[in-house]
Amino acid sequence: MRLVILDNYDLASEWAAKYICNRIIQFKPGQDRYFTLGLPTGSTPLGCYKKLIEYHKNGDLSFKYVKTFNMDEYVGLPRNHPESYHSYMWNNFFKHIDIDPNNAHILDGNAADLQAECDAFEKKIKEAGGIDLFVGGIGPDGHIAFNEPGSSLVSRTRLKTLAMDTILANAKYFDGDLSKVPTMALTVGVGTVMDAREVMILITGAHKAFALYKAIEEGVNHMWTVSAFQQHPRTIFVCDEDATLELRVKTVKYFKDCTPIA
Amino acid sequence: MRGGQGAARAPVLQFTNCRILRGRALLREDLWVREGRILDPEKLFFEERRVADEQRDCGGCILAPGFIDVQINGGFGVDFSQAAEDVGSGVALVAQRILSHGVTSFCPTLVTSPPEVYHKVLPQIPVKSGGPHGAGVLGVHLEGPFISREKRGAHPEAHLRSFEANAFQDVLDTYGSLDNVCIVTLAPELGRSHEVIQALTARGICVSLGHSVADLRAAEEAVQSGASFITHLFNAMLPFHHRDPGIVGLLTSDRLPPGRHIFYGMIADGMHTNPAALRIAHRAHPQGLVLVTDAVPALGLGNGRHTLGQQEVEVDGLTAYVAGTQTLSGSIAPMDVCVRHFLQATVTLGKASCCGMKTLRQPCGEAPMVRN
Repeated sequence: MRLVILDNYDLASEWAAKYICNRIIQFKPGQDRYFTLGLPTGSTPLGCYKKLIEYHKNGDLSFKYVKTFNMDEYVGLPRNHPESYHSYMWNNFFKHIDIDPNNAHILDGNAADLQAECDAFEKKIKEAGGIDLFVGGIGPDGHIAFNEPGSSLVSRTRLKTLAMDTILANAKYFDGDLSKVPTMALTVGVGTVMDAREVMILITGAHKAFALYKAIEEGVNHMWTVSAFQQHPRTIFVCDEDATLELRVKTVKYFKDCTPIA
Repeated sequence: MRGGQGAARAPVLQFTNCRILRGRALLREDLWVREGRILDPEKLFFEERRVADEQRDCGGCILAPGFIDVQINGGFGVDFSQAAEDVGSGVALVAQRILSHGVTSFCPTLVTSPPEVYHKVLPQIPVKSGGPHGAGVLGVHLEGPFISREKRGAHPEAHLRSFEANAFQDVLDTYGSLDNVCIVTLAPELGRSHEVIQALTARGICVSLGHSVADLRAAEEAVQSGASFITHLFNAMLPFHHRDPGIVGLLTSDRLPPGRHIFYGMIADGMHTNPAALRIAHRAHPQGLVLVTDAVPALGLGNGRHTLGQQEVEVDGLTAYVAGTQTLSGSIAPMDVCVRHFLQATVTLGKASCCGMKTLRQPCGEAPMVRN
């Protein structure tokens, strides 16, 4: 695992965006050779998306030959609801870049057969040749995507009931009205993300510090599902200083010393 | 969406680098259009899986819906109140010329005239959709003759009328057919006005209060009977008084029917209303403000003498007077100039655009909100 620590949120977002940008460019995507990217939602990656859009508008980065697969989507929320992940991705990313709409894949939380929708998603990933780089975040309870505590570490894309913690955390996006917050979601599994050739986890803010500690300094545990990535051959954790507040000084020093900040 | 396969294949146009009006605010957003209809680009992306076929850079400009002018008496030498043989071509000329002022829908306005004029002219001004050929005609605005003698302004005294005798029948006799009419301005203090207001609103015609000496009570009763608009606020009505605000008091009245609020036209040409008065009205009741030109036939022409209704008008620069007097006779400021004046006076650009293109769903029934 690599642990890259930047001074603040903006620098962490920029580092992550540059990494993604370089990965895509170095891959040299083309007509028969698409770069597959897994994408998150939430407040953490917003800065990263802004930077990616900036690189695109500067002419440095094109998404013409990039295929994206989002991690999750709420069940039962209309696609055009302002809080749906479709809306999030459109407003914060897709509408600003040149991606082909046929290559932007997001789970459909209103599908008639939800499990079939999940299975089809797994199939699409397979058909695309697997994910080159899966970008994700971490919940305060250590979850990746909606793989809440207790999720199988070998799980695949499926329907999940959201934990009360998550529902409470989301309430602010639904006018503070708990009854309006979706209680179920479709999500890629821990196993699905583990299959990616490379994984990058973005973690910023003091409220995520404990989860980061559990994810990298304690053992692999299904109560903190991000810990599964200790067993992935190529994972990078990108964080700001605040997110390291619960780590041992020794851990932080080790990674700071051995990571040249580009 | 209309069409089907054919419509779906039509090219999608994306206006970029622009500011658009949405939810009463100016946003930095692209505008997507296909076959003359505005698209939801998110829906296009996720459902049709399409991108734009063509992009147009707007250079940072504002992309606003066309303005709606509900009070315009003519322009470019055309006088809607003249009983001509070919009124239609006059209307078409004005319709075409006001496009360059940003107006895409309007209500040709007839000032106080004898019945013969109404009978001849009204059937020649049908409701008509707009397009590249000219702004759409929403319906005719009849300003008078059922107005106050004292506040007639530029309207000819000889042709003022009352409906005391036969109420709505008098209205029908005077105007002839009401088929093409969408707004009637009257003075509510005239006897039997309530019957008339009720009959007009029952026919879907917007009743506007103006050229009147009504006190607040009479104005409120008129609104309770169905009136929903005020013709050029402040002009041709009693001035605001702190013990009887008159028609102006409707802006903050608590006696209006629940769920209804009053709309009011204002001429922001820099002449008819002092900017401070504009601001008072705007601050008291911003959602009701509608910018109108009240433009006269001299709009777009040079200085000199011209005809308005049955009278002569003198134009001097940006001002028009009843010939030989100091009475203002309508305005000759185009709508975009009015919007700019309003902006200067109130420093609220988004709202200025909103007021110029006010949705007329309430007063006028079926006015189109946006025309591309």
